[in-house]
Parts: sequence; structure tokens; C-alpha cells
Amino acid sequence: MNKPIRVVSLFCLVLFMALLVNATYLMYVRSDDLGKDPRNRRIITATFSRERGAILVGKDAIARSVPSDDKYKFQRTYSEPFKYAPITGYFSWYSQTGVERSQNSVLAGDDSRLFVTRLVDLLSNSDPKGGNVQLTVNRAAQDAAWAGLEALPGDAQGAVVALEPTTGRVLAMASTPTFDPNNFASHDFGDVADLGQQLNADERDPLINRAIGTTLPPGSTFKLVTAAAAIESGNYDADSMVPGGFKFKLPQSSTSIGNYDGGNCGGGRITLTRALQVSCNVTFLTLANELGNEALADQAEAFGFNSTSLEDLGGQAKSLYPRDMDPPQTAMSGIGQSSVTATPLQMAMVAAAIANDGDVMRPYVVDEVRAPNLSVLDRTDPQSISKAISSTTAEELTTMLVATVDDGTAAPAQIPGVDVAGKTGTAQSSPDRPPYAWFVSFAPANDPQVAVAVLVQSSDTSPDEIGGGVLGGPIAKAIMEAVINR
Amino acid sequence: MSQTGTLMGFVHRRRRGAELFLLVLALAVGIGAYAAVGLGLEGEVPTDLVGYGGWLTALIVAAHVAVRIFAPYADPVLLPLVAALNGLGLAVLHRLDLTYEAQGFDQHTFARQQLTWMTLGVVLFILGLVLLRDHRSLQRFTYTSGLAGILLLVLPFLPGIGLNLNGARIWIRVAGFSFQPGEVAKVLLVVAFAGYLVLHRDALALAGRRVVFVDLPRGRDLGPILAMFGVSMMILVLQNDLGSSLLFFGLFLVMLYVATERPGWLLVGGLLFGAGAFAAYSVVGNVQNRFNFWLHPLDYYDQSPGSGQLVEAMFGMGWGGLIGRGLGGGFPERVPFAYSDFILSTIGEELGLTAVMAVVLCYGLIVERALRIALISRDGFGKLMALGLGAVFALQVFVVIGGVTGLIPLTGLTTPFLSYGGSSLVANWVVIALLLRISDQARRPVPRMDPVDESEADSEHTQVVKLT
Repeated sequence: MNKPIRVVSLFCLVLFMALLVNATYLMYVRSDDLGKDPRNRRIITATFSRERGAILVGKDAIARSVPSDDKYKFQRTYSEPFKYAPITGYFSWYSQTGVERSQNSVLAGDDSRLFVTRLVDLLSNSDPKGGNVQLTVNRAAQDAAWAGLEALPGDAQGAVVALEPTTGRVLAMASTPTFDPNNFASHDFGDVADLGQQLNADERDPLINRAIGTTLPPGSTFKLVTAAAAIESGNYDADSMVPGGFKFKLPQSSTSIGNYDGGNCGGGRITLTRALQVSCNVTFLTLANELGNEALADQAEAFGFNSTSLEDLGGQAKSLYPRDMDPPQTAMSGIGQSSVTATPLQMAMVAAAIANDGDVMRPYVVDEVRAPNLSVLDRTDPQSISKAISSTTAEELTTMLVATVDDGTAAPAQIPGVDVAGKTGTAQSSPDRPPYAWFVSFAPANDPQVAVAVLVQSSDTSPDEIGGGVLGGPIAKAIMEAVINR
Repeated sequence: MSQTGTLMGFVHRRRRGAELFLLVLALAVGIGAYAAVGLGLEGEVPTDLVGYGGWLTALIVAAHVAVRIFAPYADPVLLPLVAALNGLGLAVLHRLDLTYEAQGFDQHTFARQQLTWMTLGVVLFILGLVLLRDHRSLQRFTYTSGLAGILLLVLPFLPGIGLNLNGARIWIRVAGFSFQPGEVAKVLLVVAFAGYLVLHRDALALAGRRVVFVDLPRGRDLGPILAMFGVSMMILVLQNDLGSSLLFFGLFLVMLYVATERPGWLLVGGLLFGAGAFAAYSVVGNVQNRFNFWLHPLDYYDQSPGSGQLVEAMFGMGWGGLIGRGLGGGFPERVPFAYSDFILSTIGEELGLTAVMAVVLCYGLIVERALRIALISRDGFGKLMALGLGAVFALQVFVVIGGVTGLIPLTGLTTPFLSYGGSSLVANWVVIALLLRISDQARRPVPRMDPVDESEADSEHTQVVKLT
């Protein structure tokens, strides 16, 4: 009977090997996947009751965990909730958003870069702590951005982004209306669930970070892209004479488009600089029609359209420049209308690229990842995404934009003693609602330290006064001053 | 049995010292884990550590002394393996008790009850070694134990004492004690199968016709296998318990195969069981559900009936990872029945893959020792019994651990020596006593005057004559 006993032994060996392999698969290979399942309450409870790391701006913790008396041991608190909510996001029992989500593994202490810290905690039998996240945000710029949005009249919706042109660091990012993340961090989960439903149902979308999550027609600020494509084509420079006049007749159509103020931009033939200074629609409709869909799409994509680049925050919407527009649509796109849409972040990237000799830098919010003892574990390196325009084109555009601020539509952004480059924008969506006001700028023009994009989506201002310069200009100016005077 | 002759020249040593050394290690596991539970959950070494450790040590030392006196040549590895598993199981139950108590559950004295059952188990273990001096005397009870085994399996159907827990009707309740008769029936059936097969193996092996490449058994010899198949299917359909059904039928098939040395039986049996299981799958909704939960556990998490228990166990074990969260650091109470069928998920969550592997290896070693005993045993009855005990152990461990870790569809069976449950623990201690008894006989030096080969040959000869 020994031969079959040996066969049975082999069979048992196979059974036990199968158990061992399967246990390894379940507990080691699938461990991460199971941990990411949103229904896995173990992970949530554990991270919720751990001393989560802080989110730092400068030396201040804008989000941190303080001891609490209940069974979850720690309470997440936000010192300036509304001002930073679009960046920090919230941290609730149910989910996270913003940096709280993208840096969750660091903040919760699970990140592989915190391995040594975890090991020490394990050996010393102390409770694990999360790492800290240092943001790129400039406190003064963020203060100015939030103050500017808050000062908008009435029930305003708007957003601001400020970038450091040479690196892509996000210096300020604010959005209104917004929410109080302290309410989401509450340990009363019933309230948190109600709050989430209530804010999701709110038609003013307070949970959306408009700086990266809302795409709208960029209006006249898109003329920067059109002008860039024109100069890059080699046929134009700042002093080239271009068509002005009262009207442009769209190709394949009987419709004619006039200028914003109904004027003639100062003549039938004007310089390109003059066209930008007065934001001459006729000029840029003509240029876009001449350059064509492909050239404009190439230029827009070089600036970052049709893709997303910010990795530190979720909910980034893609700014679009469609490649299948017909000639009339293409002409309209030259002044930022028809199917072109952009986020404030995208327009800030356009301004930053012009300021940075044409190099588009990847925007980022997380500067450093630090261990609980504040030693630096990782630092984000600036990264160039693409070369949108040549440096000579960048110089030409800068000169033209400085002229637009000094003696043109963007005058509200003037800063005494500093050369500011800027452009206004006013975009129509539908006739029955007020237009969107845009403003993009950077300064100082000779040594750019900050590039800003401001979007005011709606406010209680009469449509006549909405011209981008009036609403967006002062906000951009305040942010640029805050950065330059630091 | 010609192969046993080659082993005769080798004389086994007693190795009781080695056993003692291993037992010290096993006690360190059990008592250390108990202390770690106190440290992890209450921040201090449990106040009753000395009393608890002393009791556990006394039980293990008593078992060891009994082996020294009554089975001096017995295998030295089995008892330490069992002691380690039982000690670990007690500590984990204690850990669950503390949480259940804190959360206000009615039942939170599993560890204390389990220690009582372990005491009874060790007493029966010792009694078994003392009273049963030669396992061959059990052969006399072949039909008695077979009848008793079948009766025990039927008991849960009887109205009044049968008890339906967790969808499976495998319990009985008498005078306030609930009892899982299947665990005891397991041992009785091994004895019955061994006694029956050792007598009839030649008839079953030699008669029959060859079809293509496979020797198929004779029609009239199909009686027992059909009877066993009927019992298994009855368990499956009436008790709603695929695990037990597979366990008993698998046990019978393996023993039949080894006794006859004919793989044809495996084929016939496997086909029969496959057909039966498929029929059950098509008819019994519960079996279908379990199959679906196994294939797509995450899809049925929130449903009822659903796979919530299995998924929670998977979450827990995944969270435990390589080294676990430490005793007291997890949330094993999220898994329903973490103290019985799902105790391995608690071990996985808090002690990690390392401990799960250690536990599986302990079980593997127990099975390996049992099969080794079967190999070196000198008599057919002992061989078959050791094989049967080892096979039933292996099948049970595979079915329950495979179920909990999602390798196979989940079925309700206890994890030997770890799960809370008196009937299971006591029965398994008796299984170990039987194995040690057979191994003591097998490893004992052969008296020179006893011509074993001849007497074996004689008895076989006689049996064949009796049959034909």
C-alpha cells in the first residue's frame, strides 16, 4: 500500500503548496488593491485615527491633526479653511480631495519614502505618524488672491491662479464660492454625509476648484496664443501691419463680427502691437482665418491645451482646442470664442510660458515631502513640458503685452516702477447671461517672477462694466505686488 | 506489504528529549502570544499570565509524560505541533474575547471555554494512550463505529435536537450543550473504513474488468462506495454543507484508493461526486450562491446573502500584509464568526502572512507525520487508519483555509486546534492520540522472535480464502 500512500503524500503537498501560494497572493500581491477598495473600513478607520501629517505653507500648518478625546484620537483642523480649501481639499471619514487625497499616503504615513520612520515607530512601539507636505504656495500671494475674490461684488463666482514662470510652482490658487473643510473633518459622520449631499446639490458648485476644474471660453486672452502662432509663422512681428477696421466677415457665412467697442481699432491697417493693445477682434479673426485650424491647434497644444499637466491635484479639467473646426469656427477661435475652452490654470501657463522664454513648465503644488521630524524626504524638481515659442517670439510678445498694460486695455494692472505685461479678456457664452471676465499678466516684464490668470465667472456687475480689466486687473495687480515686494 | 520489509533493518530512536525541547518552543508560542494580547490591547501583561501559563504547561507536560510512559516510541513532532497550534488558538480567542467584551457582545468567554475543552481533550488523549495499548484492537469495532459514525451524521436531522446554525444543519443540542457530531463521526468513520477495507481490499482490488486503460471495479463491489456516496449527498443536500460532504467522501475515496492501489476507484468516485455536486449546484440555491461569492467576492459585498464575511476577511488579511498589525492592532471583529471558521483571518490580520504560513506549515507537518506513520506502519489496519486520519486532516485544513483565503468556495468547517469549538478540539486531540499510538507500534523495535512477514502473509492469505 506504500505506493499509493506516496501518491497521496504528493497530492497533499500540492494542496498545501496551493494554500501557501494563495495566501501569499491574497496577503502580499493583492494587499494594495484591497487596501484601495473604498469599502475597506479598516484602512479608513486606521488612517482616520492616526496623527496625520500637516500641510504647510511657509512655516504655517494650514491643515493639521490635533488630539481629540473621542475614539478616533485625532481631529483634522484647517486654520484658514476657505482660503486654502481648493488646494488642501477635505479629509473626511468617507473620502478625501485635493492635496489631502493626492498626498494621502504621505500624510497618512503609508508612503514607501517613510519606510524608515515607520520602522522606527514599530521598534519603539510608538504610534505611527504621517509625514508633512510643504506647498509651493506664497502666503502673501494667496492672501491677495483670496482677498481679491472676496472683494468681488455680490454673489461672485471666480478663480485665480498664480505661477512662478521659471519653475511652474503654483504661488496662489483660490476659488469662490468654496467650502469649509473643517466641517468635512467632523467625527459626526451623519452631518458629514448630509453636508456632502447638500454641497453637491448646490448649483453654485462650491466643491469645484474653478482654478483647474472649470473650462470656459478664454475670450480675448486667447489672442496671446493667436499672436504667438502668427509670429512663429515667420510672417509677422510686433511692428507688422495687420488688418484693422470695423468688421470681419466670417468665411462660408454671411455673418460679420465687429470689435468689442464697435470701433475700428484705429484704422484699416494697424501694427500687431496696436491690435493687441486695443484687443482688436478684426485683426485676430483675420489672423486665425489665415493661419488655419492646424497651426493654431499646434500652437495651443504647445501651450498645454488638450492635455492635463498638474499631477498634485485631482479634478483638473482639460482645456480644449478642437482639431476639427471648420473655417468660420477657426476664425472665431482666434479671439477665444467658438469651441475653445480653457481653465484659469491653462491661461496662467500661457502667460508663464511667454514670461519664461517660451518654455512651458509643469505646474506643481507640492514642493517638499517631509518626515514627521521635518527632515526633507523628497523635493519636486521643476520640469519643462514643451517649448511653446522661441525666445525671440517670447520677447516680442512681452513687449506687446507691456504696451497693452502701459497704454491699452490692461491698464488697471499697472504697478508704479515695474513693467507689467498683461491682457484682458471678455468672453460671451450665451446672450442671456453676463460675459466672463478674464485677466492674464506677468511681472516684472524683464525678470518675470509671477504669472497670473484671473477668471470672474459671474458677479453682480452690470455687463457694461465687466470688461476684464475692471474686475480682474486689480486682483492680478495685488497678487503680482505681493510676490514682487516679498 | 512487501515494502515494509526494507524498513525493518532501521531501528527508530525514542526521541522523547527532542519532543520535550520542541514542546518548550510550542509553549513559548502559546504563552508568548497570550502575553502579547495583553500588551497589545490593555498595555500590560495579563494579570493571570502565570495561572494561565501554568495551566497550559501542566496540560502539555501531562500529555508529554503520558507519551513517555505509554507510547515511548511515538513520533516526537506531532505533540509539539498540536501544542503550538492549540496555544496560539487560545491566545487569539482571548484577543477576540477582549474586543467582544468591550463592544458589549453576549459571548465573550470563548478562550476560557476553549481551555476547558482543551483540558477535556488532553484527558481523553491521555486516556486513549493508557487504555488503547494496541490500535489493532479497534479493528474489532469496525461495524460498530461505522454505524455510530453514520448515526452521528444523521443526528442533526432529528427534530428536537438538530440545530441550524449559519445556514448549515450540522449541530445538535442536548441538555444545553451544542455539539458538532460530524467531528466525532470523522474519527469513527476512519476506523470503520480502515477495518472494512483491510478485510476486503483484495476483493476490491483484484476483481473487475479492464476498460481501455482503467481497471473498473466489479458491479457488486460498488455497494460500499455507493452507500458512502449516498451519505455524502445526503449531507450535502439536507445539511446544506458542501464541506463535510466533500470531506467524508474524499476521505473514503483516498482510503479506498490506497487499500486497493487502483486509481480506477478515484475515477469512479470523482465522477460520482462531480455529478452529484453539479446536480446540487443546479438545484440547491445556497451552493450556487457560494460559488458566485467565491468567483466574484467583491461584487456581493453589500448583499444578503452576500460575501460580506469573506470580503471583510480578505480586507483584514490584505491589511495584515507580511507581518500583520500586531495582536490587538487590527479589527478582526469586523469578520463575523472570527472565533470559529474564520479564525485564520484574525491570525492573518494581526500576525500577518508570516504567521499564516507558519500555521499552514504546522498543519502540513502534521499531515506529513501522519502519512509517514502510514508508510512505516507494519500492519494494514494501522496503515489505513494513519492514512485516513492524515487525509481527513489535510482535506479539512485545505477546505477551510482555502475557503477563508478565497482559493475555493467557502464551506463551513472548523480549523483544527485553532477554532473555538469543543467537539472539534476534543475529537482532534483523540485523532492525535490514535496517530501516536499507531506510530508507537510502528517505530517500536521488532521483537526478534516475531516473524512479522510470515504472520502478515498468513493473515492475508486467510482473508482471501474467507472471501472467496
